[in-house]
Amino acid sequence: MKKQLPVFLTFICAFILTVQYFVPHRTFEQIYEVSNIWLQIIGVFSIFLGIISLVSQHVMKIRRRNRQWQYSFITLGGLIIMVAAGLFPPLQERGAYEWLYDHILNPISATMFSLLAFFIASAAFRAFRARSAIATILLLAAVFVMLGRVPLGDRLSHGFFPAVANWLLNVPNVAAKRAILIGVGLGEASMALRVMLGIERSYMAGD
Amino acid sequence: MKFFTWLSTLDRRYIFLLMALAVIFPLLFPVKIPVRVTPESEKVYDMVDNLEPGDVLLIDMDYGPDTMAELEPMSYAIMRHAYQRGAKIVFVCLTPTGVTLVETEIRTIAEEQGMVYGEDYTYLGYRPYPAAVILSMGQDVRQSFPIDYYGTPLDELPMMRTVKNYRDFNFVISVSATSGVDYWIMYGKERYNFPLAIGVTAVMAADYYNYLNSGQIVGILGGLKGAAEYETLLGQGERAIIWMNIQSICHFLIVGFIIVGNIAYAVTRRETRS
Repeated sequence: MKKQLPVFLTFICAFILTVQYFVPHRTFEQIYEVSNIWLQIIGVFSIFLGIISLVSQHVMKIRRRNRQWQYSFITLGGLIIMVAAGLFPPLQERGAYEWLYDHILNPISATMFSLLAFFIASAAFRAFRARSAIATILLLAAVFVMLGRVPLGDRLSHGFFPAVANWLLNVPNVAAKRAILIGVGLGEASMALRVMLGIERSYMAGD
Repeated sequence: MKFFTWLSTLDRRYIFLLMALAVIFPLLFPVKIPVRVTPESEKVYDMVDNLEPGDVLLIDMDYGPDTMAELEPMSYAIMRHAYQRGAKIVFVCLTPTGVTLVETEIRTIAEEQGMVYGEDYTYLGYRPYPAAVILSMGQDVRQSFPIDYYGTPLDELPMMRTVKNYRDFNFVISVSATSGVDYWIMYGKERYNFPLAIGVTAVMAADYYNYLNSGQIVGILGGLKGAAEYETLLGQGERAIIWMNIQSICHFLIVGFIIVGNIAYAVTRRETRS
């Protein structure tokens, strides 16, 4: 029963939602509307699961004094403070949530992302090597796209770099991407069918 | 030989320093280099330019502070353009880290253009699970957003009384740094068949050209360059255009690093073999 009930429920839900896509009848539209609401409600519960998992993991880390356990206090403190600032009206009125967002989250996120420029520059110098024919093609494509996507490259090459960059984006890039997407699509469809028929049961913790 | 060996083991702090200078210098001495407009950006511009007074569009702004530098100029240009065409805008944000940021941006441009909340624009805020939200908005916007960001029931907002689902929007624009764009294409456009344009970060743009070529999306604004192109077409705002010069210098510097790094690698490898 522990295994059969989830498989049965999965089959019923998947079957009905697949059928409704092809049947333009009011009853099926209503089923679709209700299922959308259910989807969002069930989805919200996974946020609680995420919070429980995060808290239990960090509490455990602090208890066991694992490596860098002190940082877990910052994670838990950040979680509690942001939730409190967002939930309690006196804090909302004083703009605590917005203050935390503007003065902590905003600069932290922007700084983390800005660091990428320095790491990319370092990687370009140290790691991006023409070791083989394929690596050389990749390298040349990257150079043309980088120079073709900036106004200075356009000016200096009289439109040559942008023309090459646009061709690379519109022809080889699209061809490769389409091939990958078709493969992914077929894979997803077959996986969905396996889940629907109960062949694939990894969502039940490997049972 | 010694020079190339030294070059190949160069302390990366010198590289960081050069990169910092490449960013700071054009910021201190801004120069406007004209930006060539690509057809994919022009299509987005034309779509907004064809709006009539009273038309309603939906703009999804899915980004946080990390990608704000690329996408904020894009959002500003689109909002200015749409308001100046007399259109009304409904905004959503399907990224939790962007909700407050997006609200500030929407308010800034609305105040600049003299727009009235609830009559000219509405901000619905955030709901989790983009795919579910996009699907449910096709039935009724109120399924996911019975109230707006500020807690007002949608039917109390004058412009929202005539808006039920995607059929009431002229088109949708997703300005996004997340996989939300895929959801808009797969669950929104494909299921409900509305015109969709996207604005994405530069690294994401290459992933969506196949949807552009197949006609599934109307146009793409790719990164800061897309924003600069839009500013050029609109003839207003120059932040993205000026910032593109920083990107120009940085791209040239990185290409320079690649060339110098490879020369040093080739010479030292040849010497090592011989």
